[in-house]
Amino acid sequence: MSARDAIMGKLRKTLGAGADDATRRETVAKRLAKPPKGIVPERGQGSDAHKVKLFCQMAEAVAASVTRVRSPERVPKTVSDYLRAKNLPASVRMGADRRLKAMPWDKLKSLELKYGPSDGFDEVGVSHAFAGIAETGTVALLSGKDNPSTVNFLPEHHIVVVDAKDIAGDLETVLSGLRRKFGKGGMPRTLNFVTGPSRSGDIEQKIILGAHGPRALHLIVVG
Amino acid sequence: MEVTSPTFKQNAVHALHDAQLQKALGNVRAGFIDKRRKAADALPEFDALRDAARDIKDHTLAHLDLYLEAYEQKVTDSGGHVHWAETAEDARRIVLDICRMQNARTVTKGKSMITEEIALNDFLQLAGIKAVETDLGEYIIQLRNEHPSHIIAPAVHVNKDQVEADFRRVHDYLPDDRDLTEPETLLDEARRVLRAQYFEAEVGITGANFLVAETGSSVIVTNEGNGDLTQLLPRVHIVIASIEKIVPTLNDVSQILRVLARSATGQDMSVYTTLSTGPRRKGDPDGPEQYHVILLDNGRTSMLGTEFQDMLRCIRCGACMNHCPVYHAVGGHAYGWVYPGPMGAVLTPSLIGVDKGGHLPNASTFCGRCESVCPMRIPLPKMMRHWREREFERGLNPATQRYGLKIWAAFAKRPRLYNFVTSMAIPLLALFGGRKKRFSFLPLAGGWTRHRDLPAPESRTFMQQWRERESGKQRAAA
Repeated sequence: MSARDAIMGKLRKTLGAGADDATRRETVAKRLAKPPKGIVPERGQGSDAHKVKLFCQMAEAVAASVTRVRSPERVPKTVSDYLRAKNLPASVRMGADRRLKAMPWDKLKSLELKYGPSDGFDEVGVSHAFAGIAETGTVALLSGKDNPSTVNFLPEHHIVVVDAKDIAGDLETVLSGLRRKFGKGGMPRTLNFVTGPSRSGDIEQKIILGAHGPRALHLIVVG
Repeated sequence: MEVTSPTFKQNAVHALHDAQLQKALGNVRAGFIDKRRKAADALPEFDALRDAARDIKDHTLAHLDLYLEAYEQKVTDSGGHVHWAETAEDARRIVLDICRMQNARTVTKGKSMITEEIALNDFLQLAGIKAVETDLGEYIIQLRNEHPSHIIAPAVHVNKDQVEADFRRVHDYLPDDRDLTEPETLLDEARRVLRAQYFEAEVGITGANFLVAETGSSVIVTNEGNGDLTQLLPRVHIVIASIEKIVPTLNDVSQILRVLARSATGQDMSVYTTLSTGPRRKGDPDGPEQYHVILLDNGRTSMLGTEFQDMLRCIRCGACMNHCPVYHAVGGHAYGWVYPGPMGAVLTPSLIGVDKGGHLPNASTFCGRCESVCPMRIPLPKMMRHWREREFERGLNPATQRYGLKIWAAFAKRPRLYNFVTSMAIPLLALFGGRKKRFSFLPLAGGWTRHRDLPAPESRTFMQQWRERESGKQRAAA
């Protein structure tokens, strides 16, 4: 008997599957087809303006920094300002995401753009978020052909662009958005929910930023 | 790993006299409790979410076979491989086979209690494969050749000067004047060393906080980012998870996530919550080429349908040990196996047997704080009581304890005799207690008075006082 059969056999014996198996199967199929919404915190509900404001507050509370800009055209300049303020080399790594590519990077002559996955030697990575979550100040990042996940983890500084209209009040709204994008039960290979820069409290419970992931997380909210 | 749970009492005595440990344990008392309280208080829905989280797991456990089937199908559909393992040995063998197919010489590991449970590192080492722990705390204890003393803060028993000494010993190429006196500089050193390992490893191994039946995803929740680099950079990603990690849908994950980080570290959300689904897709610029999940039983199916089933709701947040006065006093290693604190006291006898782990449920004052903070509302004290009963039934506790309990039972079952004896003994004890009303020495109670005074009783028994109070009330009513 295979290990699978042995484990399943024990489970079925204990769970009393058999006579009422059809009912149990129906219950499971139903839940998978229509996931229950559950309890959604009040905190993230309200107007769009409230959501964006809360998102920025919550992100700053977990040591991310935030800049708001009016349009995507302003993003490259904001990135370059950030590099200068932090005394970083004028070079950024990013995926070939078309939202990022459409931005007027060429206006910044001195800025070097590197496309593709990170090799671990990048000071700064730039990603575009699928969504923001106001209740916790979280950004959701999807992997894909133009969105290497390594950019989210290897650079010392991670800059994430998020559209204000994509900032949801709660996690459930973003999950529904994923189901719309990838179809029911579909997912990208990697979905990263990122809430602040990397940290560790493993030595004497003292929280230090920059454990293995980026030391700093900078969010640019567009719109 | 060697099981020292049977000598819990000696371990505890040892721990109480360990000055470094006692200093480090101060951080547990100071750190975790306030943070959790603040995070929970800031979310009005917190207690309702605990109920929801409990109900989700109860529902899942009642349909576990079917959700496992659905999950397996989704993993396979996304190009991943599912392996089933009944025992720790089976799981280790599967890991080794995958590593051998890759000619792997180095594997990186994300923090995972399940790989501690199956003692994976030692096994791989014997097979000639270097296993590198990448979580800072795990890395520290790996250098020290120790095991985690806490399920989310594995090196909580270590002080920074000890870490410095370990780094100097192992990273012996460091110049003497390199400053390693602060957590920041120690972390930088670990970060530098481990960066190279992520790229060198052929295989990355992580655990899972959840497995999602709806999508076939494995979820890890971390703060450092090491788990992500572990599952992202090597050619092969292996997930090891016990079967009860399944949850039905993404929405169910969301409900439990809201109580997990708040209960564990007092964060609203951990820094990285990552869902991995299958291997690298066509056109993806990075990600592992192979994705394997090992579903491990190792005793879980035997807990299902018993009085210990509720323990399978546990999400390993550590809140129970963070709030446990016994854990605060002796730390995690005294428990003698992988899982310490109240959750360990319940789980250990289930997984390694009551004959070896039966002492642990006695390591409780039954104060109930663990249950009061458990995000999954697991009745930990009740289950410890069940284990004590089993231990007694099987005659596993020492003779003095058994006779003591029998004598006590003889009195407790005869109320008149009990009242008579206590009404004689209590005033006598009260008298000897003197003006201080404390005993610094009492025959047969040396185990207590060696460390602290025993308060002397009031001059009358509870029953006497109660009767007087009640009759007083009646008089007042009349």
